[in-house]
Amino acid sequence: MNSWLIKNARDLQGEKVELMISDGKVVAKNDLDQPYSELDAQGLTLMPGLVDLHTHLREPGREDAETVLSASRAAVAGGYTAVSAMPNTLPVADTAGVVEQVYRLGQSHGLCDVFPIGAVTVGQEGEQLAELVAMNQSEARVRIFSDDGHCVADPLVMRRALEYVKLFDGVVAQHAQDPRLTENAQMNEGEVSARLGLKGWPAVAEEAIIARDILLAEHVDSKLHICHLTTAGGVELVRQAKLRGVKVTAEVTPHHLLLTDELAATYDATYKVNPPLRTENDVQALRRGLADGTIDIVATDHAPHPQEAKDCEWSAAAFGMLGLETAFSICYLAMVKSGLMSVAELSLRMSGAPAKLARYKDHGNLAVGMPANFVLVDLDKSWKVDAQALKSKSKNTPYDGMELPAVVEKTFHNGVLVYDRVNQGREGV
Amino acid sequence: MRDLLSINDLTKDDALEILDTAVQLAALSDSTNRKFPTLRGRTVVNLFFEDSTRTRISFEAAAKRLSADVINFSAKGSSVSKGESLKDTALTLQAMGADAVIIRHASSGAPAQLARKRWIDGAVINAGDGTHEHPTQALLDAFTIRRHLKQDQGDLAGLKIAIVGDVLHSRVARSNVLLLQKLGAKVVLVAPPTLLPVGVEHWGAQISFSIDQVIAECDAVMMLRVQKERMEDLFFPSEREYARNFGLNAARITGMKESAIVMHPGPMNRGLEITAEGADSKRSVIVEQVANGVSVRMAVLYLLIGGATSRDLTAQMGEQS
Amino acid sequence: MSVVLNAAEISRALRRIAHEILEKNHGSSEVILLGIPTRGVVIAQRLAQEILAIEKAEVALGTLDITMFRDDLRMRAPRPLTPTQLPKTGIDAKHVVLVDDVFFSGRTVRAALDALNELGRPKTVQLAVLIDRGHRELPIRADFVGKNIPTAKTESVKVNLSEIDGVDEVKIEGRSM
Repeated sequence: MNSWLIKNARDLQGEKVELMISDGKVVAKNDLDQPYSELDAQGLTLMPGLVDLHTHLREPGREDAETVLSASRAAVAGGYTAVSAMPNTLPVADTAGVVEQVYRLGQSHGLCDVFPIGAVTVGQEGEQLAELVAMNQSEARVRIFSDDGHCVADPLVMRRALEYVKLFDGVVAQHAQDPRLTENAQMNEGEVSARLGLKGWPAVAEEAIIARDILLAEHVDSKLHICHLTTAGGVELVRQAKLRGVKVTAEVTPHHLLLTDELAATYDATYKVNPPLRTENDVQALRRGLADGTIDIVATDHAPHPQEAKDCEWSAAAFGMLGLETAFSICYLAMVKSGLMSVAELSLRMSGAPAKLARYKDHGNLAVGMPANFVLVDLDKSWKVDAQALKSKSKNTPYDGMELPAVVEKTFHNGVLVYDRVNQGREGV
Repeated sequence: MRDLLSINDLTKDDALEILDTAVQLAALSDSTNRKFPTLRGRTVVNLFFEDSTRTRISFEAAAKRLSADVINFSAKGSSVSKGESLKDTALTLQAMGADAVIIRHASSGAPAQLARKRWIDGAVINAGDGTHEHPTQALLDAFTIRRHLKQDQGDLAGLKIAIVGDVLHSRVARSNVLLLQKLGAKVVLVAPPTLLPVGVEHWGAQISFSIDQVIAECDAVMMLRVQKERMEDLFFPSEREYARNFGLNAARITGMKESAIVMHPGPMNRGLEITAEGADSKRSVIVEQVANGVSVRMAVLYLLIGGATSRDLTAQMGEQS
Repeated sequence: MSVVLNAAEISRALRRIAHEILEKNHGSSEVILLGIPTRGVVIAQRLAQEILAIEKAEVALGTLDITMFRDDLRMRAPRPLTPTQLPKTGIDAKHVVLVDDVFFSGRTVRAALDALNELGRPKTVQLAVLIDRGHRELPIRADFVGKNIPTAKTESVKVNLSEIDGVDEVKIEGRSM
């Protein structure tokens, strides 16, 4: 069933709104001619489906942690209708073949769109450029490239990549982490790491790469995207670069908008993440950066890990946290409840802006003619996070047991109800 | 006190209780190597993932003098070297009924994991975790200082202690800074800037790059072991340069206060952080530190598992129902 | 709550015990008085003073901490240790007189005997107590008793000594008079 009349919903300004969907597309009121279902969305807010530009689906290669299917389930449960698969899989997504495989898997499950991000270098080893044009011209139509998980550290390689993607108006998304300054680093370098005896990961290791890459992008006039920005210094670098007209964009994760490095004091590796949790000062600067548009989008960096990779001593644990199912609630808590943004502005940063940046033309707004990718959220209810009940195959969430605001009630993809919180297990109905 | 993971687990009174108990135990052990029946029937496990003969033997001696049964587990050649996780190793020991587990591990926070996740039911004693802490070392150091400079009584108020060397990587330094300050002493850290952690300015200690500038006002000088491998990670250019500027040599010793003592947690790199004159001088209490370690560890074991533990109380409740 | 011994009565009892110790051991030269902390130590000191007054010679005096040898350690939080101080000559071949304030179940004395066992081999071990309140749980008896006071198990006997409590008296609490 992909024709609907959604009644009694609220829009992002809080006004009453109806949405008409015919054969999977948004239509004007009078064009609703096919048999359709009615949905009473009393008390729910209607917004475009969320779009994630930074997701780790783990398939191929690490299916013990997550698969495209389980990640898709987690995505729609979090209100996402499009996710972008990072290429650090096994094998690495550095060829047309692998990106197409991932793309088709996403299509076959039919829950949300899966858009692969291609690797910048072969094997993500940072030395040889991968066949970027081949990936761009494949069925997956890759436009964003990243070696995420690793930094493109060699400045010459980064320069070449930035120049080369201009062929198809592409974007290089940098995971900013100077490898020499972060060898075996475990957590943010600062007062807490000194106290805990964990090797520090200094902010400068991130900021130095950001500064360098901004200058490179400026010099060759190309598009740079900064993945998971985490420091006040980084926000300021991006802000100044934008003022000069450099084509740089940036993302922030939900967890970096809320959590600080103090949480490492328990040595609970749930809080071990790359890039690491930083200080309260950084959290506040990131929030201000997202509010004023210096940071363009929220991206989850959803990083599933099996239990044994986290249930051990800190230095042996893997880096990463889940993000898809809690993203909207965490951002709502950090940004809207704190008064820094309106829900409309937040929706833009989690939906319209990422869709525009990545040119996912079927997502990000609900104008007439657009595929019906949207979500109904109850902004007045709250929910308790139960790690075991999450749809992701892995359970490494830092929010287990927390009471969070904003409940995703229903998610629609191409007009099909793919997630219904109340009637779970009936996907595709 | 259920576990001893960090000096932060202790109030000042807790720390003094340990030291005072150790004074009594040391007095009783002086002439004879007597045993006490106090921990008879208790099982103490030495869970050492890192090599350390001296600390392990010290704990073993302490436990045996209290008539506890001691089981030694060292990582080499064990299931751990075949890839068994910390969790599984802990659960195996738990199944054998350990009342106390003394753990030394290369990862900061490993003892905290054992305790927090309660993979181990009994008391967890941190014998050194990565670069985080080594609480019993700090306790025996404080005991030694108090013996020489305070007649075994009270706290360390009015004393100034220098800790010299690789503070960045030293768990002994971290525990000592916490404990010495808790007991009222002033601490000065002396090291090249590369070996001081970012954030050290929050520790409440004075920082100095020159041992000569501070040594005359110190009541105790604690030398830390400097690993030669640190040169490869560019922490200092050469052993010679380090020893010349930060080593405790004969000239520096003569500049010390009359009553001041020289300490070292061991093992020493003779010629690097300390010369033979330093190690063997009349001021050196390095050998005595080792003996004091047994008394202090006996005190810790007595206070943690000598009385009723949570396991005892659970068992008692079971009997009553 | 009632007072069963006042200061004068305590003093007389201790003087008598001092005489008894000297009589049994043919003088004080082979005797070591070991007080069991806390109040046993004070009583041992007073006995030593009495003996000095009688014999005009000092008797060997010390303290014996029995905490580590108690059989009830696992029932509550660990107790603080008190000092053990022995005369330099040791206890071998001597008449060790253990001194305590109240003799009740006998377990304290049992622990003291175990502690002594680790320290040497006395010729004899004797026991001097100010109050014997009955209810023995072990086959142990005292050699010298200040006063026998029958009590109910639910009552408690409190010995106050001026060195510690500011006043000399023995009280029984929990008795419904």
